[in-house]
Amino acid sequence: MEDFHKIEELIEIAEKNDISLAQVVINREIDLTEKSEKEVRDKMRYSLQVMRESIDKGLKEDVKSMSGLTGGDAKKIEKARKEGKNITGDLFSRILANTLAVSELNAAMGKIVACPTAGSCGILPGSLITVADENDFTEEEIIDALFVASGIGVVIAKQASVSGAAGGCQAECGSASSMTAAAITYLMGGSHEEVAAAAAIALKNLLGLVCDPVAGLVEVPCIKRNAAGSSNAVTAAEMALAGVKSVIPADEVIVAMKKVGDALPDSLKETSLAGLAATPTACKIKEELLQNFLTPVEMQKL
Amino acid sequence: MDNLSAFDIIGPVMIGPSSSHTAGACRIGNLAKEIVDNKLKDIKIYFHGSFKETYRGHGTDKAIIGGLLGLKTDDSKIKNSFELAEEEGFSFEFFPVDLDDVHPNTMKLKIIDQDNIKTTIVASSIGGGNIIVTELNGTEVKLKGEYYTLITFHNDQPGLIAKISEILQIYNLNIAEMEVLRKQKGKQATAIINLDQKVEKNILQLLKDIPGIQSLKLVKPLV
Repeated sequence: MEDFHKIEELIEIAEKNDISLAQVVINREIDLTEKSEKEVRDKMRYSLQVMRESIDKGLKEDVKSMSGLTGGDAKKIEKARKEGKNITGDLFSRILANTLAVSELNAAMGKIVACPTAGSCGILPGSLITVADENDFTEEEIIDALFVASGIGVVIAKQASVSGAAGGCQAECGSASSMTAAAITYLMGGSHEEVAAAAAIALKNLLGLVCDPVAGLVEVPCIKRNAAGSSNAVTAAEMALAGVKSVIPADEVIVAMKKVGDALPDSLKETSLAGLAATPTACKIKEELLQNFLTPVEMQKL
Repeated sequence: MDNLSAFDIIGPVMIGPSSSHTAGACRIGNLAKEIVDNKLKDIKIYFHGSFKETYRGHGTDKAIIGGLLGLKTDDSKIKNSFELAEEEGFSFEFFPVDLDDVHPNTMKLKIIDQDNIKTTIVASSIGGGNIIVTELNGTEVKLKGEYYTLITFHNDQPGLIAKISEILQIYNLNIAEMEVLRKQKGKQATAIINLDQKVEKNILQLLKDIPGIQSLKLVKPLV
């Protein structure tokens, strides 16, 4: 199996065999799973289908989370867009609305594709599919871009982590944003170097981002951080496609992300002991939720 | 890590909001259902740690019941699992608990099936929807739902494990992992044998017939 552990290696394999970055990732998957190319592509096709459904549902249905804390913000952005009350143009508003739609649906126990995690599941579909549809790309082209995104994610997971508990939000929304930036750049015809630069720039921008969910739930600030992750992904892709380079290579950024994650205290890695989770408002929310949540019986000692 | 699939990154397709608190809880339910392997009557669920504090907001309660009903992690019906359980005819209740030194996402299940057989399971959700059952009816185990797993309760006596592996060898069943545990020398012991292949009923009966085997259970892998 031609495996890769670094983005540099992913690119080397593509150049050596004169195949696309997507094909390198697909070939690795074929070898790994002993499935046919069609089966592997069809599996991604199913993921893409679920992603599209999650955008539609999140935009159309009355989405409300279990806690009641979140839901309905995607619709607000969509309404503002339709009324022309937005600053940065139609496409960007669509990206924000679609990203929020998926993340809000996730919090409301809807069906989503974790990419790489459920907490960061809005970024890749919200940005990539929206950009792809705006530019009339085919389903096969979007599937290729999704494989590129997962290839970047595989490298990040190998070299660092995609878990908030291990590396903070930079490992979840940061990784998702990096994967998305690379996928969009690839889709729009960027060179290998530009794809790597997009991944690097996006991850650099979210380095150090802590995971501090209010009341331990994947809602506040996670959903809006998905919107920020999408915004960051298109920013990085736009820069990379324009020829802006990342001074620090992608592989070094990934290792830096790992080291920053290690250096973060546990209180800022999904434990809800610090950051936004420890603010007076968050503490009040948590208290209220706990009162409503727990079965009114005494603590059982087993 | 070298075996990390592209679909470990883009995937799983799941019901949100949390792979560990929702999908993991559902998979714990799936595995518990496999272990009990009978129609359920009553279930008491004890949430520990992060499960205890966030279970309703993460839908952990709906996910574990959905899992016990056999719903997969991507089934939209999980959201309505309480109603489905009622239709299925089993009762359930949730309690907070403190289980000492365990993973933060741990729950204990006390299950009674229609034949009034009791099963107690302690399981943790260890990230990304992956789970581990650490205790089964008071015995320490390690079940992840990755293999066809044989769990034996047998007399701690020489040659018994050899007899089991002999039968497995005859039928060309490969042991991927195996662990033998006992509480006290010469008393009851437990073997947990992970197999790469499915075990047919007739082979299971041959294993049950080995002198010294008190009971034996086959748990299928989760898909």
